[in-house]
Amino acid sequence: MRWAEPITKEEWEKIDQVIAKYKGKHGALIPVLKETQDICGYLPKNVQHRIAGGLHLSSSQIYGVVSFYAFFTTVPRGKHIIRVCLGTACYVKGSKQILDNLQRELNVEVGGITRDRKYSLEAVRCLGCCSLAPAIVVDADTHALVDPSEAIRIVRLYE
Amino acid sequence: MQILKIEDLQGIKERVALVLQKEKYRAKINFHMGTCGIAAGAKKLNALVLKKMDENGIQDIKVIHSGCAGLCSREPMVTIESPGLPPVKYCDLNEEKIGEIFDRHILNGEIVDSYALAIEDGGEAFPFEKVPKLQDIPFFKHQILWALRNRGLIDTEDIDESIAREAYFGLAKVLTSMTPESVIEEVKTSGLRGRGGAGFPTGLKWEEGRRYSSSPKYVICNGDEGDPGAFMDRSLLESDPHAVLEGIIICGYAIDAHQGYVYVRAEYPLAIQRLNMAIEKARNYGLLGENILGSGFDFDIGIYPGAGAFVCGESTALMYSLEGKRGMPRIKPPRSTEAGLWGQPTVLNNVETFANVPPILLKGGQWFASLGTGGSKGTKVFALTGMVNNVGLIEVPMGTTLRTIVYDIGGGIPEKREFKAVQIGGPSGACLPASLLNIEVDFDSLDEAGAMMGSGGLVVMDDSTCMVDTARFFTDFSVDESCGKCVPCRVGMKVMLNILNRIIGGKGEMEDIERLERLGHHIKESSHCGLGKTAPNPVLSTIRYFRHEYEAHIRDKRCPALVCVDLIHFRVDPEKCKMCGLCKKACPMDAITWEKKTPAAINLEKCVRCRSCIQACKFQAIE
Repeated sequence: MRWAEPITKEEWEKIDQVIAKYKGKHGALIPVLKETQDICGYLPKNVQHRIAGGLHLSSSQIYGVVSFYAFFTTVPRGKHIIRVCLGTACYVKGSKQILDNLQRELNVEVGGITRDRKYSLEAVRCLGCCSLAPAIVVDADTHALVDPSEAIRIVRLYE
Repeated sequence: MQILKIEDLQGIKERVALVLQKEKYRAKINFHMGTCGIAAGAKKLNALVLKKMDENGIQDIKVIHSGCAGLCSREPMVTIESPGLPPVKYCDLNEEKIGEIFDRHILNGEIVDSYALAIEDGGEAFPFEKVPKLQDIPFFKHQILWALRNRGLIDTEDIDESIAREAYFGLAKVLTSMTPESVIEEVKTSGLRGRGGAGFPTGLKWEEGRRYSSSPKYVICNGDEGDPGAFMDRSLLESDPHAVLEGIIICGYAIDAHQGYVYVRAEYPLAIQRLNMAIEKARNYGLLGENILGSGFDFDIGIYPGAGAFVCGESTALMYSLEGKRGMPRIKPPRSTEAGLWGQPTVLNNVETFANVPPILLKGGQWFASLGTGGSKGTKVFALTGMVNNVGLIEVPMGTTLRTIVYDIGGGIPEKREFKAVQIGGPSGACLPASLLNIEVDFDSLDEAGAMMGSGGLVVMDDSTCMVDTARFFTDFSVDESCGKCVPCRVGMKVMLNILNRIIGGKGEMEDIERLERLGHHIKESSHCGLGKTAPNPVLSTIRYFRHEYEAHIRDKRCPALVCVDLIHFRVDPEKCKMCGLCKKACPMDAITWEKKTPAAINLEKCVRCRSCIQACKFQAIE
């Protein structure tokens, strides 16, 4: 899982393998960033430099892409990632209240990580399960029809 | 690997049709496993059935996993077919119910009518009165399934089941008996327009793509469904990936391209997984790759997961993203059909557009044009969500009224609340009021009403929704998702958001309404791409149809729907309070004092303005 630890030697090796796999290919940058983020959980500056060197691109180009897409993050993530859907259907059914409640209960801002590094709280635009609104996703599990007052109980199931 | 010839398709179709009888299956259980079904618990039920089969030593049950059956609010759902009984759809299932259905329906051959939703298509011959027929249920009655023709019917991992429903038959016809020009002509005859939002005629686009002779050319399928409130593309890719692949290959043949890409949102892992599997199976059958169906035509398709940017739904931005760059739109011309991906001629269409292509070629453009209105032919898929009883994915002929969609198919508003608006087209669209419920939904009528088809999200709102807050929600979205390249969108939308925040915070001025309108028109006229040109629509449409709500916020410092917290007093009206104590139970901060037979009171020092009490109160006693 995505721990907020420094990047280990094995992880650096894996990153180099990813770079080697895509080197010289057209349009490789986004897949490389994606696979790298899967390895270390986030894309800190030193990792971005490594990719820039490997793919013969400038660091500013890498940063430009990393900061453009919502999928990439430059800050470490918690052990569990909570995504609260703020799509239209969820919004009209009260997902903002879920987000407010979780911010208060976990004492964390949207986009932040809790002090114990257990949870990251994120707001997403639409998960495409509008029929189950309001929905939240913890790690890979989608929770449907969430009652705002029950949200914290669901989150606490993830230790 | 088994390379198919055209004759083999018919053989597979006949073989699959007989599989239940020939292979002596006792029953076929079809679990509807879209993202929605899985979230509702379909996987657990599947595991339970497998366990029961194991315990009873039963092997002659065929278990398949299909996509969403459309009526998402009644998930989890299964369809059971067994010899001698009509196919039955069961809904709202849990472990107890599926256990009972297993014992009674599968082991004893009786229909459990108390859990059954309907008898499926194909069950007409069975005289069974306790369960309605699928086509008699209002939700299904008004729908015509062309793009969603295979929804919930086929095992998404078994290409043979798709072929049995005539997947790749259109492609076979094209490759054996049609020239690229005649394919384009047929698509033009059909009147098909792009289903991604803008509604550009598909046949014209293909003709443009064919005209440029530079090689290589590309076909791109746009599955970057970023509109909040829309999930048509996800559902289509999950439940019928071969329909989309077939459409892409046909387009490739028509414009003389040999490589296609499907750009899918990374938020849709299941769609990506099923698409990957479908591509692999199609390759194994020789339906993708070199010499497709022995015709000499080569074509292959790759998948490209997006990285989360709404603007990448814009065609030129999407192509930059595919090239590994920031997804920022560029000025047209040149159009993508002349210089698109890597500067080469590229035809880009939406997922639903491609899914519509194969039947057009199989049955003819005239057939497709027989349905719909003057300028909009065929059907349109909508994601019907929000405050409506039947939430789900629907497909209706172009020209169906909003009233039919909301009240007949959607079953009206829950809890007897009042209809207020329907939001169509996401952040590019508009909120239409009750007075426009009789509008016939097609490209042109929506345009006239200041709305836009968008990709097809339809969010129903009741009187608990504040229209100013809704406008702010979409404006906030557009500010967040603006790529920042052009000033009107980057700065203008931010200014609009500030004004809206001021109004919602109780500091608005009456002149703000006019300011918003003026600025909105400027942004529409001067923005660079489709995102900016349509981003003010939610604000402009709510001002046009719900001006009184803006006035209530500004002049009376009051939010009629009790949504904007800065304009709520959090005071209990003792006349309206029925002393039930529900608000006290709902309050997370213990800020409400209440005893039996006395009206409740809110301690404003403890109150965090979370609105839990307002939602809990059944008598609207808190203001």
